[in-house]
Amino acid sequence: MKKAEPFVSTTNACKMCTPLGAAMAFKGLEGCVPFLHGSQGCATYMRRYIISHFREPMDIASSSLGEKDAVYGGKANLMQGLLNVIGKYKAPAVGIATTCLTETIGDDVPTILHEFKKECLAELNGDMPALIHCSTPSYGGSHMEGFHAAVRAMVAQLADPATEKHGGINLFSGFISPEDIRHLQDVFAHFGLPVALLPDYSETLDGPALEDYQNIPGGGTPLDAVRAMPGAGASIEFGRTIKPERSAGAVLRDKYGVPLYSLGLPIGLRESDALFTTLETLAGCAAPRRCALERGRLLDAMVDGHKYVAGKKAVIYGEEDMAVGLTSFLSEIGVKPVLVASGGESGLLSEAVAAVTGEFPGDPPLVRDGVDFYQIVAEAEALEPDLVVGNSKGYRELARAHDIPLIRVGFPIHDRFGSQRVLHLGYRGALNLYDLIVNALIEKKQDDSPVGYGYI
Amino acid sequence: MEPVIFEERKTQIHRKGAEPFSISCNKSSLAGAVSQRACVFCGSRVVLYPIADALHLVHGPIGCAVYTWDIRGALSSGPELHRLSFSTDLREKDVIFGGEKKLYQALVELIDRHQPNAAFVYSTCIVGIIGDDLKAVCKKVEAEKGIPVIPVQSEGFKGNKREGYLAACEAMFQLVGTGDTSTISPLSVNILGDFNLAGEIWIIQDYLKRMGVDVVANITGDGRVADVRRAHGAALNLVQCSGATMDLAKMMQEKYGIPFIRVSYFGIEDMSDALYDVAKFFQDKDPEIMARTQELVREELTALYPKLQELRKDLEGKKAAIYVGGAFKAFSLIKSFRHLGMNVVMVGSQTGTEEDYQELAEITDEGTIIVDDTNPLELSAFIKEKDVDIFVGGVKERPIAFKLGVGFCDHNHERKEALEGFLGMYNFAKEVHATVTSPVWNFTPRRRKSPIAVNHAQEACLS
Repeated sequence: MKKAEPFVSTTNACKMCTPLGAAMAFKGLEGCVPFLHGSQGCATYMRRYIISHFREPMDIASSSLGEKDAVYGGKANLMQGLLNVIGKYKAPAVGIATTCLTETIGDDVPTILHEFKKECLAELNGDMPALIHCSTPSYGGSHMEGFHAAVRAMVAQLADPATEKHGGINLFSGFISPEDIRHLQDVFAHFGLPVALLPDYSETLDGPALEDYQNIPGGGTPLDAVRAMPGAGASIEFGRTIKPERSAGAVLRDKYGVPLYSLGLPIGLRESDALFTTLETLAGCAAPRRCALERGRLLDAMVDGHKYVAGKKAVIYGEEDMAVGLTSFLSEIGVKPVLVASGGESGLLSEAVAAVTGEFPGDPPLVRDGVDFYQIVAEAEALEPDLVVGNSKGYRELARAHDIPLIRVGFPIHDRFGSQRVLHLGYRGALNLYDLIVNALIEKKQDDSPVGYGYI
Repeated sequence: MEPVIFEERKTQIHRKGAEPFSISCNKSSLAGAVSQRACVFCGSRVVLYPIADALHLVHGPIGCAVYTWDIRGALSSGPELHRLSFSTDLREKDVIFGGEKKLYQALVELIDRHQPNAAFVYSTCIVGIIGDDLKAVCKKVEAEKGIPVIPVQSEGFKGNKREGYLAACEAMFQLVGTGDTSTISPLSVNILGDFNLAGEIWIIQDYLKRMGVDVVANITGDGRVADVRRAHGAALNLVQCSGATMDLAKMMQEKYGIPFIRVSYFGIEDMSDALYDVAKFFQDKDPEIMARTQELVREELTALYPKLQELRKDLEGKKAAIYVGGAFKAFSLIKSFRHLGMNVVMVGSQTGTEEDYQELAEITDEGTIIVDDTNPLELSAFIKEKDVDIFVGGVKERPIAFKLGVGFCDHNHERKEALEGFLGMYNFAKEVHATVTSPVWNFTPRRRKSPIAVNHAQEACLS
């Protein structure tokens, strides 16, 4: 693997910071208000960023540290802030993530929370919400490290060891769209498998129009479902680039003996097959007809459309697991991934890409981790791609500058409508992506042609 | 229902008529209250951001740079270096061993690559804690590269957005006074506090040109380093916005004796007043200028007025709520809504001063809620209480309006519609009309009971 030229500076980063990922994950727990322990700006910036994608309220509380607190410690603000949030939001859970400021001044959040529970119990009339905390200094990885840290923290800190065995399945589905979450829940329902999917922000970040404003939107993984995770029959965790020490599934396996199935994000045929065959094993029956039909339709479309996509070259970027899944799918349909890039730095990306591209002939794609869009654009120029697949941050410098169609997937999508409802996962998600890709290529050909073809 | 207003925040809310005017403001945001405010860094970044031929390097972990990448719709007629996001992307080892070396290397690398006319280096929370000597690094690179390299002391925790404005003004003030002013016309101004969102500054420049007034420097919309350097040659500073660039105007007055006037380019009266004030200022030097200005305003209003009347028919009597960053904009908005026959029933800002709120209390109707540094819980309660038809705010406020089934107008820095000038007044009216008269409000659950309701639905039909 060729190393990208090492720059000291970062231009147009292909990642976000750790607390953003943690806030996203906490938003998927029922009744949970994400809370950042740091200065006010962090929470506000992330709210704006997330709202621009989901077009939904995204309240993130902050301990709003000032200069004095930065010198003497943020304990007083953290405790006061928690009391305020719990009081006004009546939040049954608060997810507290640190920021670079509080990590560096050395606030000991677990100890402060311990004291808070003792000192403030009476003030809260004995009604102490679940307080989950994770450490997310923004110089310690990308938003995905923050996301996984929060999921793992919820499991580790809420799981009730006394849970009785039950037949349910824990699903750690990663940073996916609300539509993906809903689809996964449908799939599990069709298999007759009770599922505890964490984090479930399918309603909290894609809610219905209601009569009244919800201070805390409905939906989310029920607290009791997380508490009961040690009793599950198995856990499934998506993500080929999650390190064992960041894995929520590993906590349940190592501590409570819950078998763990680690799968890739189920994007495309083979990665979805891996999920559906796992579900067949767990359910003890063949996949329902509707799922088999969806797979059949996907394959049928892949045949119908193969000549539109044959030999086209694609650049893929975004979160590592999303990039791996997309690369897997594009390889299957005959598109040639020429560059797979991410701002993430798990160290597992090239191995994961090799695993999903190995069976196809030709050179494997260049894999670049820890890169920014400056490097991605520089690499991409020489590769002359026909297609760009990733979030909307590659639009201006890459897709628009070189007149290449951009298929918008993942997060963030700030320049299109309906970002919450992009379906990526399962056979149905693959079919959706396939239609988008084929039509983008057709549209490009049509636009570039002087003829104005009416039949393609 | 539980009261949504925090005990600590009660003094930051005033209801006109219910009590004598009093409001507390310019305080730190209450912890846990989900303030709509950002931080010092944000204040500096948004003010300096539109200077298009400067390098803007954020010294800190990646988040601060990511969330401010191309964040404003500040257009440039030339270079677009400001639309890229540069960061030193600090890592754990930098935090332990210090980030000065990395900052130096990043600056050299980026200056060599982009050949900017100046560089601004923004300090973030973490830099304030680890104690990097930003000034020393900037000085060293400035000497080596021969362009101004200016530290912006914008550590996020050092206060609110206002402190960030001041840091930005101090940074710009280092540039002012370093350029040649020999060719500047005696009828000249600097435009301060306009960020050229959706090309707005070009509208204002066109008016000034028609009046015979030259613009020396745009500060900062469509801004250029060389213009800022010679800004001290202008005869007058026009200062818009609630304070983003007020500090700079005061510094320039003190050091260079340049007077300033406060202006707003939003709405009919304020736009006209701004132009008349400029004309008045220059009428000793150019006796014809007032006549030209009157002609300009007449021409613009003749075109605008009938169009507004047409839209007003559908808007008469509707109610509006306003929550903006700076209070100054709110004054103009209240007047603009009156032209549309609409009443403002709630108005607030993130960073208003006591004088701002006093003035708001004077120009609003009885019962109007005036609020400082509010949050989603209060905003949603106020909107419901007043049963408004439109909410004016930014991206963070938008979902609050929409979830309540209320129209919305984006009047923040992300907007893609020009709202300044007479043209902007028309655009504003069109936007208000489009959202307020949309048929969708007929169907939102607050207005019409849904035949199929989420609240009563079960997971499956019971057989």
